Amino acid sequence: MVLQNIWFFLWGLLWAIFFMTDGFVFGMGTMYPFLGKTEEEKRIMINSVGPLWDGNEVWLITAGGVTFAAFPAVYATMFSTLYTPLMLILFALILRGVSFEFRSKVDSPKWKRVWDTTIFIGNFAPALLFGVAFANIFQGIPFDENGIFQGTLITLLNPYGLIGGVVFLLMFIVHGSLWLAIKTEGDLQARAIQTGKRLWPVMAGAIVVCLIASAVFTDLYDNYLANPVLFLILVLAVAGLLGIKVFMGKEAWFKAWGCSCLSIVGVTFFGVAGLFPRLYPSSINADLSLTAHNASSSPLTLKIMLVVVVIFIPIVLAYQTWAYKLFSGKVTEEDLSHEEAY
Amino acid sequence: MDVLMLSRLQFAAATMFHYLFVPLTLGLSILVAIMETKYVRTGDKVYLRMTKFWGKMFLINFALGVVTGITLEFQFGTNWSRYSAYVGDIFGSILAIEATAAFFLESTLLGVWIFGWKKLSAKAHATVMWLVAGASSLSAVWILIANSWMQHPVGYVIRNGRAELTDFFAVVTNEFAILMILHTLAGAYVLSAFFVMGVSAYHLLKKTDDDFFTKSFRMALVMGVIFTIFVAVEGDIHGKDVTQKQPAKLAAMESLWETQTHAPVYMFAWPDEENERNVIEIMPIPGLLSLLGHGSFDAEVQGLKDFPKDERPPVLIVSMAFKGMVGLGTLFIFLTLFGLWKRDKLQEYPLYLKIMMFAIPLPYIANELGWVLTEVGRQPWIVYGVMKTSDAVSPILQSQGAISLTAFILIYGLLGAVGFYLIYTAAKKGPEETEA
Repeated sequence: MVLQNIWFFLWGLLWAIFFMTDGFVFGMGTMYPFLGKTEEEKRIMINSVGPLWDGNEVWLITAGGVTFAAFPAVYATMFSTLYTPLMLILFALILRGVSFEFRSKVDSPKWKRVWDTTIFIGNFAPALLFGVAFANIFQGIPFDENGIFQGTLITLLNPYGLIGGVVFLLMFIVHGSLWLAIKTEGDLQARAIQTGKRLWPVMAGAIVVCLIASAVFTDLYDNYLANPVLFLILVLAVAGLLGIKVFMGKEAWFKAWGCSCLSIVGVTFFGVAGLFPRLYPSSINADLSLTAHNASSSPLTLKIMLVVVVIFIPIVLAYQTWAYKLFSGKVTEEDLSHEEAY
Repeated sequence: MDVLMLSRLQFAAATMFHYLFVPLTLGLSILVAIMETKYVRTGDKVYLRMTKFWGKMFLINFALGVVTGITLEFQFGTNWSRYSAYVGDIFGSILAIEATAAFFLESTLLGVWIFGWKKLSAKAHATVMWLVAGASSLSAVWILIANSWMQHPVGYVIRNGRAELTDFFAVVTNEFAILMILHTLAGAYVLSAFFVMGVSAYHLLKKTDDDFFTKSFRMALVMGVIFTIFVAVEGDIHGKDVTQKQPAKLAAMESLWETQTHAPVYMFAWPDEENERNVIEIMPIPGLLSLLGHGSFDAEVQGLKDFPKDERPPVLIVSMAFKGMVGLGTLFIFLTLFGLWKRDKLQEYPLYLKIMMFAIPLPYIANELGWVLTEVGRQPWIVYGVMKTSDAVSPILQSQGAISLTAFILIYGLLGAVGFYLIYTAAKKGPEETEA
């Protein structure tokens, strides 16, 4: 029981880290066609995430991997019932990855235009779809006793699902704009800051709507009412949100970005804590819901995986932090002149 | 087509496409690391140029390998959910370990390598490439441990309606896995060696930069000679293990129908699965299969008729894949040995260089055939003797499977064409006259 609960927490944590790290890449890519006015600005935007995006994406592989390892039944039901949205996310991520790598390899405006389009789609679509998918999970997915999905892609595009999609998208865009504020200079930086400042109230509004809608469409608050201490998560998320605003005002971009990280983790955990112990609730029949207690791996596997995660995740965090530090500072013209640059 | 067939085709397409890029990543990362180390040690600029030239192709190839790899992890859940739920306790944990312990390092450090030329000392930068190479091979090791468990499951018990782990150590030290890891890595190194030798051969014929490409060719040649021979010797041991653990696969590989002692190997045989016989049998070598499978001419080898019809793999595909792989492997040994013999005067043998140039696709074919043999030869099982492929598929709609398969073919077709174009152009263009 304890082991399963620890794994429930780790499951949420890994997804949250994925949203926090890859989120600013999604945001950058969504703003890319609108903020990058010149070829140089476009390249600066791509190169601002160049050395880091691939490592960030592995958090998704790991989040998926531990879902498979610790909660195989959840992995099986989640991935097969969300078949269509996951395929769309997959194709988007495939396009995104090759776009970054391929765009700079041929010096032709036509060639670059193709990859400019896929960079946008490849970042925009996952940002939106992950939000839609998770909101639907918070709300419950219509799957029956055989794990068969009783609906279509349209079923997922319900009001709460769409609110979730918009919240994720806005959070990632603000996250990305703060990243660009850290990494760029001049006009591009000014446009990124302007975008962040203009979107902040919209994002905050969307989050408030989402929190209210959660009371209408989901039973996430049941856990909060039973354990009021959980409201601390919401406090953290809101503190993160306000922190973004405060530090944007002080032009302390790195601190604002840090607060944005906090708010993304906070919002993710708002849902995850409300879900507990359910990982994948069925909206058809609550008894079919997959929980940390009825869908987990054997105690032996959970123990082995815990050892693996306790050893390796800190190591991963250490070398990723090292990489972030190594590539800190503004992306300069000199950076773009390297033949390896994107 | 039903969901099962669509899912099988999709998995085959996604895996085979992914595997067009994996072997070169595994081998070329090591060669590039050696080149960069030589540059650091000697300060000779030619090694720096080699690092950059081959590194460029490595990166294009790597990108395609990474993005197509995500598909494979997703697909176990999307298309094979019953399999995932049944074996996730073991199989899922191995995949998760791969991501945590290997793939993270590989992906994070590759970014550091690409963008870190000016930010790290030369020595540190070369070390990063070694770590990328090591993590790539380590990643392959974990994936192969997972696959081997499907071939020869160990360390588990059927409990609570699924396979549960009982002995982690047995899973990671599975003899089948060790043999498969050695075989697969060696096959990947052969492919990488032939890639570098083939591209170098083109430039040696063109006389682009003799010093540069002679050095490249000879470096790859060492890798080629070692691993073409290694893969054959190891393949023999691997074959004996398959004979013990997957007798139906072995019988299909050799299209052997009757259980017999002094079992022959046919140079060529065309099986007729309907009538349980071979239509064509050319040049039987009596007793060779007994010898190869069990180490003695009079050992008994199980034929296909020993297995119920619904527990036999498709004989034609498996036997052709096996013969093709072995035939190509033999050719590779001759090609590398000739290169070794004439290593000091390669330019005097333009025909050999031309052959090496056109030989680039051959190890790709051999590697793919190896996987066809491994995976199709395991059928009808998804986990040998434990779970059938037909019981493993997700309860998705036929239209979902059909649309995603079509989308995969379109997107992968385009990506493949673009990737090929980029690598081809970079290879043909030759090295830059680097500044720094």
